[in-house]
Amino acid sequence: MADIPRGNRPLSPHLSVYRLPMAAVTSIMTRITGQALLAGLLLIVWWLVAAATGPRAFATADWVVRSWIGYLVLLGSAWALWFHFLSGIRHLCYDSGLLLTRDDAQRASWVLIIGSVVLTLITVILFAF
Amino acid sequence: MRYITPRKAARGLGAAGPSTGTAQHWSMTVTSVALLILTPAFIFVVATALGLPHHAVFAYFSRPYPAIVTALFLIVGMLHYINGTRIMIDDYADHTERRVAIIASQLFGWAVIAAAVYALARMALSPVVAPVAAVVVN
Repeated sequence: MADIPRGNRPLSPHLSVYRLPMAAVTSIMTRITGQALLAGLLLIVWWLVAAATGPRAFATADWVVRSWIGYLVLLGSAWALWFHFLSGIRHLCYDSGLLLTRDDAQRASWVLIIGSVVLTLITVILFAF
Repeated sequence: MRYITPRKAARGLGAAGPSTGTAQHWSMTVTSVALLILTPAFIFVVATALGLPHHAVFAYFSRPYPAIVTALFLIVGMLHYINGTRIMIDDYADHTERRVAIIASQLFGWAVIAAAVYALARMALSPVVAPVAAVVVN
């Protein structure tokens, strides 16, 4: 509380001088991917509303979605979705008391990073050709 | 000088107090399990529909499986987004800023849900375009 005299003690230097463990990096990435997913989601919802509205609206939305920047957003969204997906599984494990040792959390972090890339590649291979 | 002790001032402010931390955490758990099922299904539906001409997209989303999967994914997904964003806001913002951010994220989330449900309902229930499109698809 503000009204307790704490003296002029030094603050612990943390985020700026501290190498984040992978578990911390992937934890932050879960939040970032969760927010970033909005880009792809809004693109798809716009495309759906345009399809329901009529041919002219659809032509515009479909052109944007299937332009190279649209595909770039969709590709990024696919990766973000799979990363968030795997991280969600890890959170369910955490809640069940699993993967809570330091080594397990580190290893699971690499599974998230590598697994999300692999799942994205599988998605692209399955659906883009 | 304040006469109230720090302990008294902090009492009831935690997630287990009169706020709804437990219910919110449980909601995140339930929606995340639902999304484990819905996400692969949604990716399949969108990947199938992308690239089709307009009448075929319309016909595709007037079928029950694509329409229901897309509606469920977007509704459950946005509820998950609203609650997940609330966790971030509670971590990073305070006071008026926090309240404004919570309200804004909720209004935004429900607006997306409304837009998605409108689009899907219009395509699924449209009596005019769907039969024509179905013939073209066949």
